Amino acid sequence: MREEILTFIEKNSRVDLKELAVMLGVDEVAVANEMADMEKENVICGYHTMIDWSKTSTEKVTALIEVRVTPQRGQGFDSIAERIYKYPEVQSVYLISGGYDLMVILEGKSLRQVSQFVSDKLSTLDSVLSTATHFILKKYKDHGTILDTPEKDERMLVTP
Amino acid sequence: MRNPLSDKVVEIEPSGIRKFFDIVSEMKDAISLGVGEPDFDTPWHIRDEGIYSLERGKTFYTSNAGLMELRQEIAAYLKRRVNASYDPKKEILITVGGSEAIDLALRAMINPGDEVLIPQPSYVSYLPCAVLADAVPVIINLKEENEFRLTKEELLEHITPKTKILVLPFPNNPTGAIMEKEDLEAIAEVVIEHDLFVISDEIYSELTYKEEHVSIASLPGMKERTILINGFSKAYAMTGWRLGYACGPALIMEQMTKIHQFAIMCAPTNSQYAAVDALKNGDEDVKVMREAYNQRRRYLMHRFKEMGLQCFEPYGAFYVFPSIKEFGMTSDEFATRFLEEEKVAVVPGTAFGACGEGFLRISYAYSLDNLKVALERMERFITKLRKEKENG
Repeated sequence: MREEILTFIEKNSRVDLKELAVMLGVDEVAVANEMADMEKENVICGYHTMIDWSKTSTEKVTALIEVRVTPQRGQGFDSIAERIYKYPEVQSVYLISGGYDLMVILEGKSLRQVSQFVSDKLSTLDSVLSTATHFILKKYKDHGTILDTPEKDERMLVTP
Repeated sequence: MRNPLSDKVVEIEPSGIRKFFDIVSEMKDAISLGVGEPDFDTPWHIRDEGIYSLERGKTFYTSNAGLMELRQEIAAYLKRRVNASYDPKKEILITVGGSEAIDLALRAMINPGDEVLIPQPSYVSYLPCAVLADAVPVIINLKEENEFRLTKEELLEHITPKTKILVLPFPNNPTGAIMEKEDLEAIAEVVIEHDLFVISDEIYSELTYKEEHVSIASLPGMKERTILINGFSKAYAMTGWRLGYACGPALIMEQMTKIHQFAIMCAPTNSQYAAVDALKNGDEDVKVMREAYNQRRRYLMHRFKEMGLQCFEPYGAFYVFPSIKEFGMTSDEFATRFLEEEKVAVVPGTAFGACGEGFLRISYAYSLDNLKVALERMERFITKLRKEKENG
């Protein structure tokens, strides 16, 4: 049941529990319990909202920053990652295989604010060897959702 | 000028759906539960393969029977899904949708006057195709009390010395009925005993919600008596690609291929390349779509229960077939008023045979949001009808 619940709410976390239970063909109480358990176990870490900020008047800039770091003895990459992810403006931090070590996704109000973070906070960390900042120009698809206006149903209204 | 038309064709009644479609298309802002095709787009990897085949210049005819690679994939698919073995060289024909396969099978097997048994309610094309093939169609009226399955007794009642073919349309459009293994075994016994052939239209085989679909062709002694018809439209959401197939004994397939060769030449080449990818890499897509349909099916059944609308639980395709007999009006009247007063299009059960009277076909090939709105309107409408009835 877990997988079914997660697959469903990953796309629509606002679903009514009763409806979800009907659709999965299980008891409502069982769904509620399972979800409470998953919240406790941190399998469900939150119920966020997909927002296309570009359609609002709020200015937002997102940057992907490649960071090369020196891993620390006994800690690997974890402690440097932690120093970075504790900044609230940092949206995501991933340890990456390949040409660099950490992928940091940063959100700011302006180019200047993001650049300042990189030059003042990130580059100055002892174990950071180098950074490369890529600004996002346009989001086409995010979290499996195409951000463009949804397509119209082009099927004929009645077919055999 | 003399009459330019064929009497045989003129006498065929136009599809009941056509009539309703004309009314619906007049109405600009109607929402619909009347569509007989998936709401999903064809999975991108399949579309991409179709595009790639065009880029590589695969724009020529294929062999009449279809790409050998596709026939091999179909053989492998049928082996793994329904445990039926077919020789890709002689026993599989790629057609323009399942509909062409139905037409070919009837034309290849019928001699004038042969009787074809057609269980109804069922898809609109069996009867006209049988008539065009000079067969005598014999209708078997399926019953709600049997969950619209075909029973051995019903079959026996309609067999005469002239009966040659039984059309077996399960999982069923419009009722959503399925035939489980025991049901099919009972039918197979009669078919063999009376030396009949079966045209088994299994286009909805991937969309069952109880047990895995069983093909009658996989039962002992039935492969040599069965034309198995399937296609890509429903399982892979590929309706517009127009691609289906027929499998059966080489003796019959040879004659079907002959008609196909002269009438069609071959199925669209780029659809065939896309279909190869559907069979190779599409199992997961089918699973995801099946689960989505099943969720909506459960939701719909739940809402009908809340409304107190009588409906047997269907386990196949993407249709439910609720009864509207309590309102004392015909399916046509109900559907027309529902459309006019609530702007929701559903298809009257009678579009699929006279015994569909008193029922509606409701499709759940729609997003949940769409279904919710439509069902709210339905609830409002039937509440109104019940009040009307109370007040006489």
